[in-house]
Amino acid sequence: MYELKFDGSLCQTCPTADCLVKCQYMDLEKDEAKKQMVNIWEGKDSFVFEGCVTCYACEEYCRRGNHPFYLITEKREEKGLLTAPRAITKQWINIGEPQGKFKVGKPGERVLSFGFMPEFFKMAKGRLFQKAMPSFIFGQEFFCNVVYIHFANTSIIKKRLPMIMENFRKLGVKEVVCLHDECYGSFAHLAPAYGIEVPFKPIHYFEFLYERLKELRNDIKPLNFKVAYQRPCSSRLSPDKHRLVRDIMDLIGVRLVEREYQDENALCCGGIYAMCFGYDLANDVQRRNMDDMAKHGAEYCVFNCPACQGTLGEKVAKMGIKPIHMIELCRMAIGEA
Amino acid sequence: MTDIMHSLADIVGEDYVSSQPEEIYFYARDPGLMPPHEPDYVVVPSTVEEIQEIVRLANREKTPVVPMGAGLALTGLIIPLKGGIVIDMKRMNRILEVNEGARYAIVEGGTSQGQLSAYLEKNYPRLRHSIPDAPPTATIAANVTIHGQGRLTQQRGFNSDMVGGLEVVLPSGEVCKIGSCALSFGWFSKGPPLPDLSGLFLGWFGATGIITKLAVKLYPRKKFRDVEIFVTDRGELVPDIVYEITHTEMAEDVLIFTQPMPLMFRDNHHVSFYITGDTDEELEFKRKLIWKALDRFIKAKDGGFMGIPPAMKPTLLEMPQRSASRLADVKRGGGFEYSGPIIMVEKYPECSEKLKELASQYGLAYSGMVRVIDGGHSMMFAFAFAFNRSDPDMMENTRKALKEVSDFVLKVGGVYWKPTVEEQRMALENMDPNTRKLMKMIKENLDPNGIMNPGNWEFIS
Ligand SMILES: Cc1cc2nc3c(=O)[nH]c(=O)nc-3n(C[C@H](O)[C@H](O)[C@H](O)COP(=O)(O)OP(=O)(O)OC[C@H]3O[C@@H](n4cnc5c(N)ncnc54)[C@H](O)[C@@H]3O)c2cc1C
Repeated sequence: MYELKFDGSLCQTCPTADCLVKCQYMDLEKDEAKKQMVNIWEGKDSFVFEGCVTCYACEEYCRRGNHPFYLITEKREEKGLLTAPRAITKQWINIGEPQGKFKVGKPGERVLSFGFMPEFFKMAKGRLFQKAMPSFIFGQEFFCNVVYIHFANTSIIKKRLPMIMENFRKLGVKEVVCLHDECYGSFAHLAPAYGIEVPFKPIHYFEFLYERLKELRNDIKPLNFKVAYQRPCSSRLSPDKHRLVRDIMDLIGVRLVEREYQDENALCCGGIYAMCFGYDLANDVQRRNMDDMAKHGAEYCVFNCPACQGTLGEKVAKMGIKPIHMIELCRMAIGEA
Repeated sequence: MTDIMHSLADIVGEDYVSSQPEEIYFYARDPGLMPPHEPDYVVVPSTVEEIQEIVRLANREKTPVVPMGAGLALTGLIIPLKGGIVIDMKRMNRILEVNEGARYAIVEGGTSQGQLSAYLEKNYPRLRHSIPDAPPTATIAANVTIHGQGRLTQQRGFNSDMVGGLEVVLPSGEVCKIGSCALSFGWFSKGPPLPDLSGLFLGWFGATGIITKLAVKLYPRKKFRDVEIFVTDRGELVPDIVYEITHTEMAEDVLIFTQPMPLMFRDNHHVSFYITGDTDEELEFKRKLIWKALDRFIKAKDGGFMGIPPAMKPTLLEMPQRSASRLADVKRGGGFEYSGPIIMVEKYPECSEKLKELASQYGLAYSGMVRVIDGGHSMMFAFAFAFNRSDPDMMENTRKALKEVSDFVLKVGGVYWKPTVEEQRMALENMDPNTRKLMKMIKENLDPNGIMNPGNWEFIS
C-alpha cells in the first residue's frame, strides 16, 4: 500500500543524469545513464541491476528530488534479483525483528533514539547529553529498518516502518534526535518517499551536537587533530546534514584533511560489500579509502556510524590512524573522553 | 569404619577418603541424563603409588574403581554403575615438564585444561595445546581417554592423536609406560616406531587402566587469531563449503552451528573458521585464500560472510568458548546433554535435518554444533538439547530424543563418541564380531576381575 513516489519524466528530461554518471562503481556516459534509468523506471532489464553495489550515493547525486536508488531497489525486488546471499538477508531480517526487548528511558517530548545500536549507551553521557538523558529509546521496536534497501527488500520496510511509527506515536514524543545517521535518513527521507507518516520531527544528531557544543563553547579546548571523516552510506539520504561535519570540526578545532574520497566522492566502509559481494570489492574499496586517509596524514578516522566503525575501526588502527566516533570526538573537545 | 575404609585411609590419609552421604550423593551423578548410582567410597589420591595401592586393594576386594576427572563427559561415564571406589584425580594436577624444543608437556592424570593453558600462557607464550570447549576444570587425561576434540582438532586430529606418551596404572596395580617414554627419556610419541599400545587405554573410559601421567603435544601459538563466519541457508551445501575451506589448509579450527536462538541465527547454517598468524600479512593472506575459495557460493547468493559485531568477537575467540555452557542453561535448571557422534562431513545435511525434526517432535531447545576433524576426514556432530532438571517430562523427552539419535547415528554410518552405556552396548552389538572378540580379549586379559569402571565396555557373551 505504500508506493514509492518516483517521477520518471524527471529522468527523461534530466540534463545531467548525475545519478549514474557520478556512480563510483559503474562507468556510464550521460545518454547511456539516462537510458538505463528510464529502462529501470519502465520495468525493463538493465545492467545497472548487476553493477549497483548499494552505496546509496545516487540518492544524493540526483538533484531533482527523485529517488533513483529506491527505484533500483524496488525493481530488483520485483524481479527477484538478490543483492545479498539469501542467508545474509534472512539473518538481517531476523536481527531487526521486534522481540519485546526494547529499552525506554524516561521519554520526554524530545527523545534520543539509539536505534538498536548498544554502542550509544556508552556514548550518550556527560555534559553533551546532560539535558537530553535519560530520555532515550532503544531496540528493534524503534529500529528504522532502512538497512534492508541494501538487500533489495523494501517490502519488509513497508511492513515494519508504519509499526515503528506507531510505537513512537504511543510514546507521544514530538522530537526524535537520531544518534544513528540511518534512522535520520529513514525518518526524514525514506519514509516521506513512501508516503509513510512520521509522527514526530526527526533531528539529526549532528544538529544536536552542534547546538550543544555552541552552548558549551567556553569549555571547548581545540583539539588540533588532523582527521579523516568516514561518511556512511546513509548520509547520502540526508546530504543537507553533511555540511555539519565541517561546522562541528571547526567548532572543536579539528582539521578535516582534504582527501580524495570525501564528501560526494566518499567511499563506503565496505561492510555491506563484504557480505554481499565478497572479498575483492570490499578489500579494494577499503584499501583505497584507508590509503587515502594515511596519504593525507590523518591522525584520526572519525566515524558517524558505529557499524562503519565496527568494520573499519580495527583496520585503520592497524595503520596507526585512531578510530573515533563523532560523539566521542566532541566529548574529547570538552575534556571528557 | 569398614575394612576398605580403613585401608583407603591408610593409603591416602583420612582427610582424603569419604563415605559420607553428602560426598556419596555428589559422586553418584553427573550433569547429564543418566540416573545416579552411589559409590561406596570416594578417594582423592595424590601420588602414583597411592593409586597403585588403591587398585591392588580393589583387586583383592573385587571392588570396582572408577577414575574421575571433572565429571563433565555428561554421558554417565563416571557414574559408579556398580558402586565401589570413585578415584577423584584432582590432586594429581602437577605440570611436570615442558619440553619447549620438542613441544610437549608432561602432566599428571588430574591436571585440568585450564591449568595447563594458564601455565603455558604465562611461561611459554609461544606454545599452546588443543583446548576443548568444555569448562576449564575438565581434565586432560579424561579428555584423551574419551577421544575428545579441541581447538587444534581440525588441523591435528583428535586430542588423543596429540598425546606424546602415557604412564598407566594397570588393573593389576603395576605401572606401565606407553610410547617413546618406554625406551627413552623423551615423551615425543605415544607409539611409533614401537607398536602403538596407547590404543589399549585411549577410548576405554578407564576400563583398562588409570592414566597417571601423559605427555600432551604442544603447537605454535601465533600472535594473532581471528574468526570469520560463513552463513548459508542450504544445509546441503555445508559439506562443499567445508571441503573448500579445508582444501586451503589455512584454517586452524572449523566449527559449524545451527540453532534457532538467538533469532539472528534462525534458519541458517554457520560455518565458522579460525585463522592465526604472527603478522597481519600472514593473517590477511589466510583470510583472503579462504574468502576466495568460497567466492562461488557468494556469487550464486548461496552463502556469505556475516559481519561479526565487535561485541561478539571476544566471545567467539575465547578458549574455551562458553556458548555451549550458555546453551546448557537456556531452559534454566542447568540440564544439558548432547550426543556427539563422529561421522563423515557429507552427512551434515541429514544430521541437521534430524536434529530439527527431533527438537520439534519433542518440543526441545536445541543446537547443532559441529567440529571438523583432521582436515575434514570426519566431524563431531553434537545433537545438543537443553532441559530443566526440575521438569521430569522435559528430561524424559530429551532422553527419548537422544535415544532416537543413537538409532539414527548407526543408520547414517556414524560412530558414537563418549557413548552412554546403552550406546556402548549398541556399538558392541553392531560392530564386526571379530573386532568385538578382540576388544573382549583385551579387556579380560588386562582386567580379569572386571574391577575397572565396570558397566562400561562390558561384554556380555
Ligand atoms: C559445555 C561443555 C562443552 C564441552 N565441549 C567439549 C569439547 O569441545 N571437546 C570435548 O572433547 N569435550 C567437550 N565436552 C565434554 C567433556 O566435558 C570433555 O571431554 C572433558 O574433557 C571431559 O573431562 P572430564 O575431566 O570432565 O572427564 P570425566 O567425565 O571425569 O571422565 C571421562 C571418562 O574418563 C575416565 N577417566 C577420567 N580420568 C581418567 C584417568 N586419569 N585415567 C583413565 N580414565 C580416566 C572416566 O572414568 C570417564 O570414563 C564438553 C562438555 C561440556 C559440559
